[in-house]
Amino acid sequence: MDAPAGLLIFTGRTFLHFLTYLGQLSALARELMTALRSGVWRLKLVAQQVVAIGYGSQAVVIVTGAFTGAVFTFQSYGKFKDFGMETSVGAVVSVALCRELGPVLAGLMVAGRVGAAMAADIGTMKVTEQVDALRVMGVHPVDYLVLPRFLAMMISMPFLVAESVSFGLIASYVVTSMGYDMPSAWYLTHLVDHTNMDDLKIGMIKGFIFGMLITLIACHQGLAAENGAVGVGAGTTRAVVISSLVLLIVNFFLSIALNYVYPIGTL
Amino acid sequence: MAASAPSTAPDANAAAFIELRGIHKRFGKQEILCGIDLTLKHGETLCIIGPSGEGKTVTMKHIIGLIQPDEGDVFVAGMHVNKLKEREMAPIRQKVSMLFQGAALFDRMTVEENVAFPLLETGLRDKAEVKRRVREALEAVDLGEHLEKYPTSLSGGMRKRTGIARAIITRSECILYDEPNSGLDPIGSDIIDQMILRMQKRYGVTSIIVTHDMRSIFKIADRVAMLYRGKIHFLGTPAELRASSDPIVQDFINGRSDVTG
Repeated sequence: MDAPAGLLIFTGRTFLHFLTYLGQLSALARELMTALRSGVWRLKLVAQQVVAIGYGSQAVVIVTGAFTGAVFTFQSYGKFKDFGMETSVGAVVSVALCRELGPVLAGLMVAGRVGAAMAADIGTMKVTEQVDALRVMGVHPVDYLVLPRFLAMMISMPFLVAESVSFGLIASYVVTSMGYDMPSAWYLTHLVDHTNMDDLKIGMIKGFIFGMLITLIACHQGLAAENGAVGVGAGTTRAVVISSLVLLIVNFFLSIALNYVYPIGTL
Repeated sequence: MAASAPSTAPDANAAAFIELRGIHKRFGKQEILCGIDLTLKHGETLCIIGPSGEGKTVTMKHIIGLIQPDEGDVFVAGMHVNKLKEREMAPIRQKVSMLFQGAALFDRMTVEENVAFPLLETGLRDKAEVKRRVREALEAVDLGEHLEKYPTSLSGGMRKRTGIARAIITRSECILYDEPNSGLDPIGSDIIDQMILRMQKRYGVTSIIVTHDMRSIFKIADRVAMLYRGKIHFLGTPAELRASSDPIVQDFINGRSDVTG
């Protein structure tokens, strides 16, 4: 086989795999919608997942948000000072955290922590026939395993994004007021003047959508796990890699779309 | 304990409870089942034997709709299993329960919670009734003292017996057992054989047992099906199995290694 033909076959196969993957994700999303409509939400499981996802992810999200806010402030302050605009640091950091950094970094951390746990949990259940045992007992795996995680993620993610943004702003404020001689009133006035509800809404909407995507991708990897511990490990890795990449790509298009609804830069 | 035939033979005129017609199943390039035809009457106990990898578990999973055939039809209690979608399987899964080879207990639940799970999922909310039936099911498998333990702290035999308690608690009309005796000592194995016999005598449960334990077969089976090269190579009573002059059957039941050659 010559090289161009081989490349063509490789590209074709990759594209087919991609389409198959999209088809499987769509099928899972459809089952999830059916489960949502069924109204059997198993609130005890949802509460357990809120604790595991929301409560358990707080430390990682807070630390990420705080240090991102701090370092962003530290780097931008010097450059802004060159233009005599150092009082605008609060506004820039705040808008960036609300619109982009808060949801994206919280999403990436949750994809790593929670996405991996979901894929590993469900994957282990799959390869040890626990998922089949659920089916045999008349319990649909999507109803029992995916729906509670999905609902818990939808509840938790906006709060986690809000925490990430809040602690980023607190850290930014601490850096400017303690590290530099800028009066805190200036920082806060600019921050409040240039951050509006739309910026916060964008962060929350993104967090909500990222949460749904992470759950869908991670649960799909879990339910598709095969081949014992090796398969669970590979599925877990794929869950984190795919959900992180999808999150970054979706974030770009979401930013453009949300900018039409909530435009930036119009004061 | 001497091998003995079960005391309650199924009614010869009873209607077919389970029927497999021309089942073909392929995984990748390998054809596992090449036309399986099998009929089971209500209350009958069928043991499925055969070399490893011949599709015994796959056959069993077709009955409960965990696997769909590439060709052929599966009927359980008059319902066309392979025409149903996953969410339409509930009526079949109320009638048929299954013990998995590794027991498939839920790691996050105690023994008591595992056994109670199918009852709670059927909508039973009376806590006292659930507790009573869990205790009854666990006592039937000699595990009444281990309610609070988690599956990871149980031995292989105890896990299997917990799996059986979970399979019998809903009092299904049919129970599928995937190698219930594997990895058990002779006494543990006998406890399970006695329990299968008890379920048949007391509740008229239809049982299908995938097993390699020849002693069990002669104790509990009404009929034996031997799978070989994707087909049912032998189907008959344990006495007919023992008397069979077929060299493949004889090699298998006597454990001679050239059977899979």
